[in-house]
Amino acid sequence: MKVINSSLDELHKLLIHKEISSVELTKIFLKHIKQKEPDLKAFISVTENVALEQAAATDKKLAANEKIGILEGIPVALKDNMCTKGIGTTCGSRILENFIPPYDATVTELLKGSGAVLAGKLNMDEFAMGSSTENSGFFTTANPWDLTRVPGGSSGGSASSVAAREVPYSLGSDTGGSIRQPAAFCGVVGLKPTYGLVSRYGLVAFASSLDQIGPLTKTVSDNATVLNAIAGHDPKDSTSIPFIKPNYTQFLENNVKGLRIGVPREFFGEGLDPAVEKIILQAIQIYEKMGAIIEECSLPHMEYAMPTYYIIAPAECSSNLARYDGVSYGYRAEAEDMIEMYKKTRAEGFGQEVKRRIMLGTYALSSGYYDAYYLKAQKVRTLIKEDFDNVFTRFDALISPTAPTVAYKMGEKSDPLAMYMGDVYTIPVNLAGLPAISIPAGFVEGMPVGMQLISKHFNEGLLYRAAYAFEQSTDHHKTIPALLGEVD
Amino acid sequence: MTFRDKYEIVCGVETHVEMLTKTKIFCGCTTEFGGEQNTHVCPVCLGLPGVLPVLNKEVVNLAIKAGLALNCEIADFSKFDRKNYYYPDLPKNYQTSQYDLPICKGGALEISVNGQKKTIGITRAHMEEDAGKLVHSGETISTSVSSGVDYNRTGVPLLEIVSEPDMRSIDEVLAYLEELIQIIDYAGISDCKMEQGSIRFDINVSLRPIGSEQFGIRSETKNLNSFNSVRRCMEYEIERQAELLDEGGQVVQETRTWDEGKGITLSLRSKEEAHDYRYFPEPDLLPLVIDKDWIEKIRETLPELPSAKRERLQSLGLSEYDAKVIVSWKPMANFFDKALDNFADAKILANWVTGDLSGLLNAKNSSFEESPITPQQLVGLLKLIQKGEISGKIAKSVIEEMFDTGKDAEVIVKEKGLAQISDEGELEKIITGVISANAKSVADYQAGKESALGFLVGQVMKATKGQANPGLVNKILRAKLSE
Repeated sequence: MKVINSSLDELHKLLIHKEISSVELTKIFLKHIKQKEPDLKAFISVTENVALEQAAATDKKLAANEKIGILEGIPVALKDNMCTKGIGTTCGSRILENFIPPYDATVTELLKGSGAVLAGKLNMDEFAMGSSTENSGFFTTANPWDLTRVPGGSSGGSASSVAAREVPYSLGSDTGGSIRQPAAFCGVVGLKPTYGLVSRYGLVAFASSLDQIGPLTKTVSDNATVLNAIAGHDPKDSTSIPFIKPNYTQFLENNVKGLRIGVPREFFGEGLDPAVEKIILQAIQIYEKMGAIIEECSLPHMEYAMPTYYIIAPAECSSNLARYDGVSYGYRAEAEDMIEMYKKTRAEGFGQEVKRRIMLGTYALSSGYYDAYYLKAQKVRTLIKEDFDNVFTRFDALISPTAPTVAYKMGEKSDPLAMYMGDVYTIPVNLAGLPAISIPAGFVEGMPVGMQLISKHFNEGLLYRAAYAFEQSTDHHKTIPALLGEVD
Repeated sequence: MTFRDKYEIVCGVETHVEMLTKTKIFCGCTTEFGGEQNTHVCPVCLGLPGVLPVLNKEVVNLAIKAGLALNCEIADFSKFDRKNYYYPDLPKNYQTSQYDLPICKGGALEISVNGQKKTIGITRAHMEEDAGKLVHSGETISTSVSSGVDYNRTGVPLLEIVSEPDMRSIDEVLAYLEELIQIIDYAGISDCKMEQGSIRFDINVSLRPIGSEQFGIRSETKNLNSFNSVRRCMEYEIERQAELLDEGGQVVQETRTWDEGKGITLSLRSKEEAHDYRYFPEPDLLPLVIDKDWIEKIRETLPELPSAKRERLQSLGLSEYDAKVIVSWKPMANFFDKALDNFADAKILANWVTGDLSGLLNAKNSSFEESPITPQQLVGLLKLIQKGEISGKIAKSVIEEMFDTGKDAEVIVKEKGLAQISDEGELEKIITGVISANAKSVADYQAGKESALGFLVGQVMKATKGQANPGLVNKILRAKLSE
């Protein structure tokens, strides 16, 4: 329990003080994964051999008294939409069930370069489309706080595995809330960085103008440590932005005095579970007590964020997913001719939600409809960005619930629209390309509640500062799912 | 009555030009032609899950250069868009292209048909990626049991140049294509190897009653890759459309394909079946912002273009025809210009370049780039003629020898003793001998038969193996005969 519950700093110290070897440490996590997976199903694949090989390499360095990096020799797991050379990358889809990338995503390369130990690839909603992992082409992941509930999504495996201490940290991707909402549902810390902060090269695209990779961790400090390793300009991604990367851990300061925090009234309206609202209002009071300046504010175009997102994201997805045609890789259905092969491959390879979004997007881009849908959505997107620009002239950060409810039961949201509404507070952030973090803020009937903090472009440092101060003054992150009680 | 009396042809052309860059438009793979199948590929051009494009700046440089050469306006803000359609040679099932904001707009070039000059408008030129190639197991797609895809060409940068529907005859179309390709060639945009598919044409043709202002309904025939195909295809299309109209029918707006073997066009898809390409801005690339400095830097690299070169050669005394012939072939023009640096008489130079040297190269199926005679060597030969050291006739044999051996003209003349005999004393001796040996001809000449002189000159030339200075021979002979 001690090891699997340790922070990255603590694990690093165990290694450099030779209290434990990397192989031993890795084996502890692998054993824990083996124990918990039958219940959780967070992993699509566990890469035991790869992990032990890297761990042995770290041990060799330690034996030679070489210096090791903060992530070196410590396990990690990646959402299964990040390419790993020679290791299957399914994107949670039948259509890529047998796809083995011949190259590494930039984040994979960065983590390998940091000496990270890859423990496996994590379950997700197919092509990151969904909020519960119920759209995974393989199976649904369980929430460690209540195995009958969903872990959130689409990075459900990433959140569940960290909450259950199967890995110390993971990477997820966030197109409309896919890191933050599962982080909230599973009681962990999840950051969606500024669009362009982390390279998208090798992240299997869902909606290119919205997708962003980010870390899921147990603590704010761990999160900053991981971001240090994966942020940075990548010449392979034209939308990644050149900037001077700060050391994110330097922002971890237990002080929010004078910090101006806005409370957007649009994020506290109809649909918000009163019990969740109560927790967030309590959090706001804690900030006030710590000396932050709290004020209500308005983002008038937020009601259009959902329809805007459900035009732009499907439009991009309809084009991004066109390549899965059975011609040169992935699943191919047998058919009499080429057109039939295309149709059967895609009909059999994709799940319902993916098909739904491909159809939505194809329609929105069709000749005669483009202006009314896609073009208009782009214009509204600009208005939404401007709303944020306006409030950030007065505020350092905004505070809101991450999701309107706690994790729901598997099968509870059978209506896709009801599922979509769960992302109402996270989607506007992606449309504006802003950074936002979800941190544990309390519990409703034993289920974690996440609080979202949003800031200006490239202001991850401020988010970490505000999140860290809150974390230090509360104990929510120390509460552990009951499921783990049996572990020693 | 033929269609020519009834209908006017209206034609516009889209030209796809493979740009001459070392690497592909969005990745680092080589653009080299002819590699083993699927060896010039990487995850990016294969469109594997997760990859992203990075724009090759050299492609932009060449597109700007082409735009300037075609008198286009270069857009300070342009962007890439996705053109969505399914085909196995397109690994992402969309082509990254430029839709509503192309890099070049509103250019023009001038053509000349039968001495008539005409300006043809260029609507636009835009950058895009090429697709791969289907390799069928059989002769044609319909007789094949299977097809494979070679992705080597996928992602090779293309410039699509769209003309206005300004052409009114097959000759005008061919003149436009010839001029366009020359410009592209001179500006160094493409290697212009049509046999390797470096340039492909889509031809839009329609007919309208002579005098009508309104355009008729057009057909578009795709993917022609030679002037000959363009000519034959247009001939066929014009006849086909004229017949339809004559019978009171209507031309259908459609995309057609050219069957080279049968010499006919076939319907590929009608307007109703036309693809809805669902263009939208490419989210993986930033908009392209081009400032004035960038454009000016490229402008400085523009070489002399064909029209300017032709004008210059004509100003040096060349006929319009010779200027056109020399400029029509860049290696020949380069050779000519290099020689011109050291030889002032452009007309004489043109005669030798377009005449003897071209003939020798053609006979060997060789080109000016591989000419065994350098421009400097040709100048050496022409200077020997100018100085009277060899005759023009001898020079014709010397150039052959130069071509075969690569030796300088002077060396050959010396080795073979081909120098012209201009020594009057020596010539007098020979002439005296010829006179005494040909008493009858001498008598004929003296009796007033002027043609006998020619015979005697010929005898002197024969005796000197053609090396005697013909002017001197004439002078001495006349003097001797009138003694």
